[in-house]
Amino acid sequence: MTALHPMTYSTRGADPTTAPALLAPLDRVAGDLPGAGLSWLRDLRAQGRERFAAVGLPTIKNESWRYTNLRDLAKLSFQPAGAAQSSFDLLPTVRPEGEDGPRLVFVDGRFRADLSSTDGLPPGVELLSLAAALTSHGDLLAEHLGRLAAADDRPLVALNSAYLADGPFLRVPAGVQVERPVELVFASVGSDAAATAFHPRTLILVEAGAKAVVVEHHVGRGAGTTLANHVAEIVVGEGATLHHYKSQREARGAIHLSHIAATVATGGHYDNFILTTGARLSRNEVVSRLDGTEARTHVSGGYLARGNQHADTTTLIVHAQPNGTSREVYKGVIDDTARAVFQGKITVCPGAQKTDGYQLNRALLLSDSAEIDSKPELEIHADDVKCSHGCTAGELDDNALFYLRARGIDLETARGLLIGAFLAESLEEIAEPSIRDAFQGIVAGWLEEQR
Amino acid sequence: MIEIKNLHATVDGKEILKGVDLTIRPGEVHAIMGPNGAGKSTMSYVLAGRDGYEVTEGSVTYYGKDLLALEPEERAAEGVFLAFQYPVEIPGVANTTFLKTAANAIRKHRGEKELDAMQFLKLLREKTKALNMTDDMLKRAVNVGFSGGEKKRNETLQMAVLEPKFAILDETDSGLDIDALKIVAEGVNALRSPERSMLVITHYQRLLDYIVPDYVHVLSAGRIVKSGGKELALELEKNGYRDFGASEAA
Repeated sequence: MTALHPMTYSTRGADPTTAPALLAPLDRVAGDLPGAGLSWLRDLRAQGRERFAAVGLPTIKNESWRYTNLRDLAKLSFQPAGAAQSSFDLLPTVRPEGEDGPRLVFVDGRFRADLSSTDGLPPGVELLSLAAALTSHGDLLAEHLGRLAAADDRPLVALNSAYLADGPFLRVPAGVQVERPVELVFASVGSDAAATAFHPRTLILVEAGAKAVVVEHHVGRGAGTTLANHVAEIVVGEGATLHHYKSQREARGAIHLSHIAATVATGGHYDNFILTTGARLSRNEVVSRLDGTEARTHVSGGYLARGNQHADTTTLIVHAQPNGTSREVYKGVIDDTARAVFQGKITVCPGAQKTDGYQLNRALLLSDSAEIDSKPELEIHADDVKCSHGCTAGELDDNALFYLRARGIDLETARGLLIGAFLAESLEEIAEPSIRDAFQGIVAGWLEEQR
Repeated sequence: MIEIKNLHATVDGKEILKGVDLTIRPGEVHAIMGPNGAGKSTMSYVLAGRDGYEVTEGSVTYYGKDLLALEPEERAAEGVFLAFQYPVEIPGVANTTFLKTAANAIRKHRGEKELDAMQFLKLLREKTKALNMTDDMLKRAVNVGFSGGEKKRNETLQMAVLEPKFAILDETDSGLDIDALKIVAEGVNALRSPERSMLVITHYQRLLDYIVPDYVHVLSAGRIVKSGGKELALELEKNGYRDFGASEAA
């Protein structure tokens, strides 16, 4: 693995006084964490705990967290997630009605075997909970966990490692094509009595020449405060393809923090799309490293925020090798007093010639109090590259609105048509029509939702 | 019947319409001609209900209703149609989607059953044939990449689909060559009926050769200063607007 450039964020401005509240529940659950006999895991957890205790939560003094303030998080006192017995009549899916397929369900971070299924997976593909994989795939996990998502410079990754217990594990062996999307459902339930925190860890290994589509649903119920602090580590092998889609539509009491770290080998493709409509505060970090030549990553999404929601998208694309292609298309719609943040950095390492990088972030502001903070950043250390970025913020076109209304279309419908059209450009980045339709449906639901 | 009485309107605090009186009966086609700056476009926007056009005095009674109290979409649903001088481009919204949404919004208002995709497509095919429009123009985003002529044909198509009671044609001839003008005019003429009134707003007499009005009015400095039959248009063509206090330089 090449490590020669500052792909990391400094922990300057972190606040250790915020650590105890977030670590307190750990003492109550530490004895029950799975894999207690694995020394590497004990070390990983201990290092995470030690690191987080030393630095605490990031503050706005940290450059990377300038626009997203976790101050309110520091004031909460957390309890560990309960047994999560809730029943679910209807689990979210992108599948056509009547079709089933592989799915893992986690409620408050705990795996729910009764709601999960591995139906429809080709032979050799492994899809199971990380807790179970600690027993069956200990060596593989030891090799990968904590490698891509480094805890030393990311306090929330450290916190996740301290609690590391469960999450989805998917391994697609070399050459295997998984036709049906693998769905990962994360439900935040929490409790009305106290804030609940959980720290799922995802590990996805798509080996050489393999192909898979993963769709994550992050949903919520209840009015309690929940903190979901996700970390995902993703390895895309030579000539392998992973399409990784995520819809975050948690309830308004939710805080959703997520760090996705991916590495792509020669000729591999990693495409990521995140649709954010939920949670009171969310931050999606995506770090995609092109560590092989001729690799490709498309990292795109849509963020829709209203009320007092705060939605942060922070991406880092690292071109570590020549002939790589990266593309980012983000569209945001921000209403009321909501605030969105887009920080997109493209790093081209020395020697990563013939890199082709493209980044676009467009925000639509629907009210005078809505806010977007946009920070594109190019860091180029090679001389034969093509990199471009564009950033815009605007309002709905009054001429277009009047035109639609003059044809009998009411104001709300007209606004919906224009917002849908605005978002279409990013949703088109989703390659599978059925998944694109499902995500479009989520957008339509957001537009119709009563405030 | 549409009765405009003593209509005054301001834009950005400046009075543009200074007491317009006009009565249009069902089936009649009225032309409003006038020099630039006379208030022609303001008149069309005020009738369609555009924001920023403030009526300070007067009234517009539309089949017994106070038109000025209605939102733009309510006016459209009641049968008012403005063919835009500059049709708006809407990237990302397919023309067919737009037309179907509009048609069904208006049908709903009228208490008619909404059309499903198949029914609507059938209706659309009928209407496009007469206007020489391609399927491609229906699939594309609303007016995006349309030529001037295509945009005006698209306006006429919308009119044909929405079947208004009162159509306002704002400078429909602007930006059209003679062939495009003929196609659009034929489309408009096909929609003339004893129940449908039209207000044709134009600077030039040329359009009125093809859409022949029953009445012609001269709008100058925010007022109708002369009314007559279709021969008035020819007179204006010959003498220009200078008799009405406007410089022809405009």
